[in-house]
Amino acid sequence: MSDNDLKLMAHLMRRAGFGASRDELERRVETGYDQTVDELLNPDSQTPVDYYEFLRYYPLWWKPGTMGGLGHAGWVWRMINTQATLQEKLCLFYHQLFATGVAKVDHYDEIEDMIDMFREKGMGSYKTILMEIAHSPAMLFWLDNHENHATSVNENWGRELLELFTMGVSNYTETDVRECSRAFTGWTLSHKLPRFHMGRWDWEFEYRPEDHDAGEKQFLGHTGNFDGEEIIDIILAQPATATFIARHLYSFFVADEPQVPAWSVTPPNNPEAVQAIADNLMASDYHIGTALKFILTSDFFKESVFAKVKNPTEVVIGTLRLVGNTERPSPETMQWATDITNMGQDLLNPPSVEGWHSGIEWINSGTLMKRTNFTAELISDRSRPGVTSILDRVMAAGNSPEALVDACLDVMGPLEIAPESRLELIEHATALANENTNGNGAKNTDSISTISEILQLIVSLREFQFA
Amino acid sequence: MQTTGSPEITTKSSDPVIVVLQLSGGNDYLNTVVPHADPLYKDYRPIVNVADEDVLHLDDQIGFHPSMGPIQKMYQDGNVAILHGVGYENSPRSHFRSMDIWHTCEPETLGTEGWLARIVRDIDPNKENVVTAVSMGPSLFRALVGPGVPVATVENINSYGMLTGLTPEEKLNRVLTRYRRMYSPAIGSGKVMDYLGQTGLDALKGADILAAAPANYTSDVEYADSSVGKKLKGIAQIHLAGLGSRVFYLDHSGFDTHADQIATHARLWSEVSTAIQDFFDDLEAHNAADNVVMFLFSEFGRRVYDNGAGTDHGAGGVCLAIGKGVKGGQYGEYPSTKTSDLDQGDLVPGTDFRSIYTTLVEDWMGLDPISVVGGNFEKPEFITR
Repeated sequence: MSDNDLKLMAHLMRRAGFGASRDELERRVETGYDQTVDELLNPDSQTPVDYYEFLRYYPLWWKPGTMGGLGHAGWVWRMINTQATLQEKLCLFYHQLFATGVAKVDHYDEIEDMIDMFREKGMGSYKTILMEIAHSPAMLFWLDNHENHATSVNENWGRELLELFTMGVSNYTETDVRECSRAFTGWTLSHKLPRFHMGRWDWEFEYRPEDHDAGEKQFLGHTGNFDGEEIIDIILAQPATATFIARHLYSFFVADEPQVPAWSVTPPNNPEAVQAIADNLMASDYHIGTALKFILTSDFFKESVFAKVKNPTEVVIGTLRLVGNTERPSPETMQWATDITNMGQDLLNPPSVEGWHSGIEWINSGTLMKRTNFTAELISDRSRPGVTSILDRVMAAGNSPEALVDACLDVMGPLEIAPESRLELIEHATALANENTNGNGAKNTDSISTISEILQLIVSLREFQFA
Repeated sequence: MQTTGSPEITTKSSDPVIVVLQLSGGNDYLNTVVPHADPLYKDYRPIVNVADEDVLHLDDQIGFHPSMGPIQKMYQDGNVAILHGVGYENSPRSHFRSMDIWHTCEPETLGTEGWLARIVRDIDPNKENVVTAVSMGPSLFRALVGPGVPVATVENINSYGMLTGLTPEEKLNRVLTRYRRMYSPAIGSGKVMDYLGQTGLDALKGADILAAAPANYTSDVEYADSSVGKKLKGIAQIHLAGLGSRVFYLDHSGFDTHADQIATHARLWSEVSTAIQDFFDDLEAHNAADNVVMFLFSEFGRRVYDNGAGTDHGAGGVCLAIGKGVKGGQYGEYPSTKTSDLDQGDLVPGTDFRSIYTTLVEDWMGLDPISVVGGNFEKPEFITR
């Protein structure tokens, strides 16, 4: 097994998952890169997470309703324990893209339904996703389409469909927004009230033909009595849509792009790669699984190691999958869900329909401290099997400070860090080794503490914030 | 403790300080400021009411909940403003959405920037003090979030800092010394690495500054043992250390009293009132109370009719402003409780919450309110400054 294979596999698993232990990486290298990509793209080939296990411990999460701030805990537990990591990562991608939150929807249940839909259909056609989203009661309420009537058009959903979910600003006119919105009149939800006394009923999509504007519309150069689905077909035929979705995929899976609102005025960092993804989408009729396979096996992907700042979910889930002993639903699971929130990513409650600002904007002095403290605490918890395994591997690597530091960096990534940072770590390990050696030149028994301390320094490195 | 000598103090001790206490869950207005003379009160609240003989009468119309003795005392001293009927139009009765609106001042659209973050930016545009705003508790509240605005979120003042899980202290200091070296601008290159380096050093600096607070703190005031008491004690320690912190935030949760309201509401207000008294006593004993105003709000009031055991989500609520800078009394009208005046069973707020913010921002903090609250609002004059 070459170092290169291992580095590449680690990169793949960070992006198409939440990172992996060294044991898992070695096993996957044996399987091979392309074969691993295929496995990840076929989640049904993996043993699924038994969500009833979680519900047995936390039955209220069957329908978390308005539960204060913790409705996402079930999803967090899935992400920690799933074998089908790309499937959950893709849910996170779509949740960021179709950002919908309890701040307005008020109820976790309908947003969870959306995540379940992403899980089930995310690797299929983007048109299917768009149609599902256009029928999602959470989205219809979030973007006010229940207030979009034949007699009085509400443009919120129609605009965001074009601006945020498909084409991006500057590729359509205000008339297009209007006509698009008209086509979705009558697409609403039932049972939106009552909310009080008896709780709330599940929402369902409802089409009200009497409230639908069936008249002629002129949309992106086409004329006809379009309804919502025909509008979506016209949108998908636009090259701008393929480019926009391609850029989203690139920014989430390959390398951080500027924030979405800047896209209309800032070209992609790698226009050729984005165009290649767009071409692939057009050729496959927007089959997302096909596009992901293209991306994950491309050279531009393989060359983009550590080109993204980890989002809070990646920090928490990645750490937990590394240290292990996380399977049983427990108050710890709840705490971890809260930790993600406290690092600035309140899942199922994004700050706006634009989703979270990502990349470097995840980091401020408060969140950096929380990230560092969270990982440093877990990586030094010797009761966890993943930590024991890391310590064993480093112990086996040799006694010199250089060997120790390099083994730590290797098993924690393999990580690539600035040479000066590596020298600092070696200096630190040397100082500790001197301290650990008694006057007779015999070695004290405390080398595990040394390794533990070096690991804590490594997770505190700036370089560790990247995926 | 990660102290590195005394921090630079860049502010005057007279600069106004605001402490925002968020009562999370929706505090019941009717049982906080009880309209005891209103015959409708008992009709609406056959079970979840405060008995007339228990109400702490303020005048012949209203009185505080019996757990609010300490606040009644401060009211009598002229240091409490009761801000009646505060809210906004078309209350969604949703915790999440309501809280968002209070935090961002955006009742129409989804806002992403907090009103207090805008205050912090106005106070310290060059980010010279990384502890201008301190949030006590683990959460980063949206009210404090804004692009490039540093906020220290302090879960526990005694263990706040980078890598504080590391023990013993000798090890922590050794690791932090190395951390500083590894975050030095000399290492790495590029905008992202530079930003990360600066942020890491800022975080250390903030932690160092705040670490000095409990070390230098002594007090004869013994805070009651509650989470809100602990948080306020932490705020007192930071305030008394004179670190230039101007905005403090904390919350106390549990006010979502759909059931078992009588016992729960009494406990919550007992904790809050006692903690507030301890806090101001502490500041007073240190001659440091004059420049502190505390502001209490909740995301909404509760339904006028009780449900047999508690109350459901409502609309208009009550806010309190407390401190020597406050002109004590009552502001605005208690909303009409006539059934025909209720909106879907709820009190109709007569005062927009942004009016209250306007007073706090302009009259207390001395800043331009329009950019903070997003518009021109008439302000009740409950500040004496």
